[in-house]
Amino acid sequence: MDYMVQNSELGCTWNSGTYDVKAYQKARTVTLIPGDGIGPEISAAVVRIFDAAKVPIHWEERNVTPVQSPAGKWMIPHSAKCSMDKNKLGLKGPLKTPVAAGHPSMNLLLRKTFDLYANVRPCVSIAGYHTPFADVNLVTIRENTEGEYSGIEHVIVDGVVQSIKLITEGASRRVAEFAFEFARKNQRGTVTAVHKANIMRLSDGLFLKKCREVAENYKDVHFKEMYLDTVCLNMVQDPTQFDVLVMPNLYGDILSDLCAGLVGGLGVTPSGNIGANGLAIFESVHGTAPDIAGKDLANPTALLLSAVMMLRHTGLGQHATRIERACFDMISDGKARSQSVLTPARSRKLYNTILLEFLVHKKPPPPPPPPPPPPPPPPP
Amino acid sequence: MIPGDGVGPELMLSVKDVFKAAEVPVEFEEHQLSEVQGTATPSKLEKLLQDMRANRVAIKGKLNAPMEVKGELNSYEMELRRQMDLFANVVRCKSLLGCATRHPNLDLVVIREQTEGEYSSLEHESVSGVVECLKIVTRNKSQRIAKFAFDYATRHGRHAVTAVHKANIMKLGDGLFLQCCEEVSQLYPKIKFNSMIVDNCCMQLVRDPYQFDVLLTPNLYGNVLDHVVAGLVGGAGVVPGESYSADYAVFETGARHPFAQAVGRNIANPTAMLLTAANMLHHLKYASLFLCSLNLGVFFFPLSLLQVRTRDVGGYSTTTDFVQTVIDNMRPSIH
Repeated sequence: MDYMVQNSELGCTWNSGTYDVKAYQKARTVTLIPGDGIGPEISAAVVRIFDAAKVPIHWEERNVTPVQSPAGKWMIPHSAKCSMDKNKLGLKGPLKTPVAAGHPSMNLLLRKTFDLYANVRPCVSIAGYHTPFADVNLVTIRENTEGEYSGIEHVIVDGVVQSIKLITEGASRRVAEFAFEFARKNQRGTVTAVHKANIMRLSDGLFLKKCREVAENYKDVHFKEMYLDTVCLNMVQDPTQFDVLVMPNLYGDILSDLCAGLVGGLGVTPSGNIGANGLAIFESVHGTAPDIAGKDLANPTALLLSAVMMLRHTGLGQHATRIERACFDMISDGKARSQSVLTPARSRKLYNTILLEFLVHKKPPPPPPPPPPPPPPPPP
Repeated sequence: MIPGDGVGPELMLSVKDVFKAAEVPVEFEEHQLSEVQGTATPSKLEKLLQDMRANRVAIKGKLNAPMEVKGELNSYEMELRRQMDLFANVVRCKSLLGCATRHPNLDLVVIREQTEGEYSSLEHESVSGVVECLKIVTRNKSQRIAKFAFDYATRHGRHAVTAVHKANIMKLGDGLFLQCCEEVSQLYPKIKFNSMIVDNCCMQLVRDPYQFDVLLTPNLYGNVLDHVVAGLVGGAGVVPGESYSADYAVFETGARHPFAQAVGRNIANPTAMLLTAANMLHHLKYASLFLCSLNLGVFFFPLSLLQVRTRDVGGYSTTTDFVQTVIDNMRPSIH
């Protein structure tokens, strides 16, 4: 299914000149990978919301269930790969790798296919979604291709296992350059490299060296280095002291989930993966939630915020801000809350209705009429 | 006693002052060893190890490890742990009265394997620009730390042990660790056992730390979790820790930070070091002496009276003020 935006709405209204004008002049095509479980529902929700907000995006839906080549190698389907290579932009829902699938993890396959080298996760406290940690506003940038997740392990003798952590100059430099470029483009003042070079002197030492070298070319961005344990200690005491964090794979995995926990969990955290050749895939990082799939209960906030991140990446900042503000207003307004105060709207229908009203009418829907006054007590 | 780097020497002074005031019958043999200041040599280390083996109990500050490679990939601290085979590191994170945090009344223990895993110091540059670092996991050591954790839990009346790992990615390495933990847990049916992936564990710790009791981890994840939980109860200044081998015990603070910015400024919080010293006395079986329980109890006084708080817990008192208050509060009961 393709979702077309009405082209007649384009052009005149958005020529603010501040952003990439080309992006406004024609619709950008984005590969949409709905995913499994609640994936299709939340993707449909995002598409409807973008439609209502008249965002100039044209969606190409693709399935990425791996197929095996005649040589026995697992890869994503040709049509999906072509679509991504052509569009350079993707939005992906949660993917599940069945235990006895025979093929490698879906996320790993995508990462290898498109050389997704940096994972970017902005963690921002959401007004109205209360957590014990307020005013968090940081971004974790994680090297995504090597480090501890190289998958190179072997049993040396029975009872002794060796895992290899790989750090290379090229990958470290690439992610450091991305981090500084990101900081500059998004007006973030500080980049902190997180490492354990006091213990892993050669490997993290190399990573740190590359970060320092790249920092020389970005004098407008302040560069700091901090040990992983110090960052963890300070993060749970005062997360407001951090801005952009860049780190190797494992530390990034741990810290990005820690930071997601600070703002409310994976259900409200967006994420983007940056690949070589300017390719980028934005995704929601929560699970497929098969127990609520198809029941109209899923919360599309994470995927929606990831889509907003994608809009910013493309230069459609105005649309991004509008949708994001509507989403946050809706959450803080509290109308769409379910019984549990910790969870924003669980029902997609309610979420969509209210969000669309925020977007389209630019004001909250009118409050329900007050209940009629109780009848007066009968006279004695 | 090994003062170490950063504020270590100042904190050790606090310990000595309090011990003197309480007339604790403990004598310290000091060893000044510092890698970053260049006073550490292999012969000094050898002498230190000899003394430690003779005394069997030590109290130490953090030995800072420089980041540049000067021939040895091992830092002195790691060498110490390995030579003494201090395989278990226990950090008990208990919320202190008067120390306001986002999660009150926490009481968690992190038990960390300290001699293998990612800290094996086996690194090499295969070709220029490509570095390999080996993480070693063995069945023996995993079983040993698991047994230690369950024994600890039994001895201290804890009801659950959670193994923290990343076996979905490091299937062989962390898979072996997890398997050993599961095997050992079968021997302790009274203690609940479950496992959790490290990134999820971190997320759960900041959202709902009360679901955990004892956390059993390999080396690196233990380092991370130690510090996350220390941060949750109030920071590096309030958490004591200890390291055990089969024959020796070394007491040091839970979150190991030399805190170089505070050197000489008299602002470091001695709570962690004093609690560590109290634990050491407990270990030395001086618990029968009232002073030990007094030591443990009296720290709550300064904090809960809200009069003496050092910088890290929101006050302005100096280290010496804090120590003096502790001593003053102790004195009446001695006589």
